[in-house]
Amino acid sequence: MAEPVLEISDLRKSFGALKATDGVSLTLLPGEIHALIGPNGAGKSTLIHQISGSLKPDSGSIRFLGRDVGGLDMAGRARLGLGRSFQISSLMPEFSALRNVMLAVQARQGSSFRFLRPVTSDAGLTEPAMAMLERVGLAGRAGVPAAELSHGERRQLEIAVALALGPKAFLFDEPMAGMGPEGSRALTKFLDDLRREAPILLVEHDMEAVFALADRISVLVYGRIVATGTADDIRNDPEVRRAYLGETA
Amino acid sequence: MSVELLIEQLLNGLQLGMMLFLMAAGLTLIFGVMGLINLAHGSLYMVGAFACAAVATATGSFWIGLVASIAAAAAAGALMEVVVIRRLYERDHLDQVLATFALILIFSEGTRWLFGSFPLYLNIPPLLQGAVPLPGGGRYQLYRLALIGVGGGVALGLYLLISRTRLGMRIRAGESDREMIAALGVDIRTLYTVVFALGAALAGLAGAMVGALQSVQVGMGEPALILAFVVIVIGGIGSIKGALFGAILVGVVDTMGRFLLPKVLALALPPAQAGAIGAAIASMLIYIVMALILALRPRGLFSAQA
Amino acid sequence: MTRETAVNTGLALLLVAFPLAAQAMGEPFYITLATRAAILALAAVGLNVALGLGGLVSFGHAAFFGLGGYAAGILSTHAFNAEPLFLGFEGTASMPWIWLVAAVLCGLVALPIGAISLRTAGVYFIMITLAFAQMIYYFAVSWPAYGGEDGLSIFVRDTFPGVNTALPLPFFLICYALLLGGLALFWLLRGSRFGAALEGARQNPVRLAAVGIAPFGIRLTAFVVSAMVTGVAGALFADLNKFVSPSMLSWQMSGELIVLIILGGKGRLFGPVAGAMLYVLIEYVLGGITERWQFFLGLVLLMVVLFARGGLLGLLAGKARHG
Repeated sequence: MAEPVLEISDLRKSFGALKATDGVSLTLLPGEIHALIGPNGAGKSTLIHQISGSLKPDSGSIRFLGRDVGGLDMAGRARLGLGRSFQISSLMPEFSALRNVMLAVQARQGSSFRFLRPVTSDAGLTEPAMAMLERVGLAGRAGVPAAELSHGERRQLEIAVALALGPKAFLFDEPMAGMGPEGSRALTKFLDDLRREAPILLVEHDMEAVFALADRISVLVYGRIVATGTADDIRNDPEVRRAYLGETA
Repeated sequence: MSVELLIEQLLNGLQLGMMLFLMAAGLTLIFGVMGLINLAHGSLYMVGAFACAAVATATGSFWIGLVASIAAAAAAGALMEVVVIRRLYERDHLDQVLATFALILIFSEGTRWLFGSFPLYLNIPPLLQGAVPLPGGGRYQLYRLALIGVGGGVALGLYLLISRTRLGMRIRAGESDREMIAALGVDIRTLYTVVFALGAALAGLAGAMVGALQSVQVGMGEPALILAFVVIVIGGIGSIKGALFGAILVGVVDTMGRFLLPKVLALALPPAQAGAIGAAIASMLIYIVMALILALRPRGLFSAQA
Repeated sequence: MTRETAVNTGLALLLVAFPLAAQAMGEPFYITLATRAAILALAAVGLNVALGLGGLVSFGHAAFFGLGGYAAGILSTHAFNAEPLFLGFEGTASMPWIWLVAAVLCGLVALPIGAISLRTAGVYFIMITLAFAQMIYYFAVSWPAYGGEDGLSIFVRDTFPGVNTALPLPFFLICYALLLGGLALFWLLRGSRFGAALEGARQNPVRLAAVGIAPFGIRLTAFVVSAMVTGVAGALFADLNKFVSPSMLSWQMSGELIVLIILGGKGRLFGPVAGAMLYVLIEYVLGGITERWQFFLGLVLLMVVLFARGGLLGLLAGKARHG
């Protein structure tokens, strides 16, 4: 078995009496899409926050590319190559789509302390950014401020920003949320190809997309992983059916 | 240096702290419930002092003046809330700062218009004149002792108000969840006006009481306001307990610093130099304490918010 | 040329044409008025880096304005009395040196203030910057060596090689040139990679961190640069008045600097210029009518905040646009 890109061991986080993350361990292997599903309030967002570095776990370890990243903040983990999209679109609202991606390109180049040269005429930023917009099909909207993009377009832009970081792993938090059926299908296809670039840890409510895409699925209930396996394993797991699928079916 | 002098200075520090608490309690309550930073809180302090001085002069009674100061500040606060502040709750802090900065200009110049540029004077009421003996042989001004008592009483009253009464329950609910409290059928607009007027009344009370120790003049409110900011930043914005703790800390540190630092420095330096350097450092001391506390705890000691 | 560029050019020309006309008509007082506007504008350009681009509402920039002023006052006094300063340093009456000292001093002071204040955000940041400025204010008041509460006079205006600074118009032109320099710096910063990160830190700091840029260092750099520019303006202000006092360090001054930006238009290149010109105009016109002009300034300001967001430039040049 290949060395995992991301390895989480026995992660724990409590808010008062509530155990939001209760001894979670999971791995993300090269080339795979590992989906994380679970009912609302299962602690998926809390887990994503801890992996990306915006929340500090009480105990447990997070290893990324063989390195313990527990001591790094969000920016540090992003620089190592952990590309994240947000559950609720989180962009620079005043910046155009292009400048949103340019900022990510700039971050990847590690060159934010340059004070004089104008970015808009800097081909080292504009060209790769434009290429990313083309990949997600947003090139025609490059000049539009993010705040004025449609919901679906903002989700596409989120992906373009994550791509521009050239990440070693993607952390996608409900990328399909609020997308129409057509948008979801297009994005499913896109993610299907994307796994060859870097593995994806996917939190998603759209079960159709999850079962179509995921190599492995982990089910999170009340802060614990109750099952991990292929789509078929999960469909047939009695505990999952009781705890989770039973609720939605 | 005698023990009596030390006790006297400690009590002075406590008295300053209690007056700061009256300012800070209103500020922190208003921020906690409405999320508003109000620079014009110092103007309400000034309104209280002027109302007390004017009414006490006209009627010959400090006590009627004191009641007038609370009434005038509460009325000014309610008016301010209804006309201006209400429009600022949904705005960012920058807009709140600017609008309330504008209110300071309006209140200060307006007061100058009404009362002229000369300071007014307010006498300590006969009942509270004189001094009381302290254990250890010293004597202490009765009036200042009364101020400490009033501060303690207000602290207790606020605690009971917030933990025991219906209004307090609404205030606590309003801090945690505006939508919930609206859903409970509480008229949130009235609640905000009441909370604002309550904070204003406390500031007015502080202004009136301090007015008898200093002169009553335009511009007296802002130094008190800025000290109150230091207090609530140290205590944690939104926390009444933090305001009380921070106020006493600031009051005592400031007073004792001014008293002790020149003496301590005099052990190592020539007296004239020790006096100058000591005074300069003492004037900065509370800000240094604030910086240290924030370096360790960026959200203050008793932060109400996570 | 966009409408905003046209408005900006118009403002820049107006600000220089006014004192030239005053010179031609033999009205030096109006040159002083324009100089005051130019210096306040430069101070606000500095603040605009932190406040407009970075969204950092510093309510303590008077600290840097005043420190710049004291740098000028103290260096000039030592040069005048020919007393050594300290550690073998001498005073100087040469403006370029004074500006350099003012900028470096303000940068060095802004570094720890920023480092502590930026650990917090929002309303804490506002109050803490205010408190730090008060600390320096009270230090200046209680430190007797340089005049304490009474302030410090500059007996002869400091010098600039090849220019007679004692005359109003040449001194105005120096201030105007520095203002243009400050505006050029702001323009370059805003367009640069640093500027993109800084504006990102204002719009969405979490997102900025998620792409791998830590907001803290970006903000701290902006705060320091901002303080340095405001400090140079403070040195000019002291030379304009030939006097520096703790009032330059006061919280009212901090408030006024924010007011200038909001009157003109936050985050806009010429916002501080428009704001300072308007402010000096209001001060002069209203001040000529009534002693209580600040009452009406308060009303105007209240109306601007409540009803006319975007300031003068928003009115003249429309909404701000981003590339």
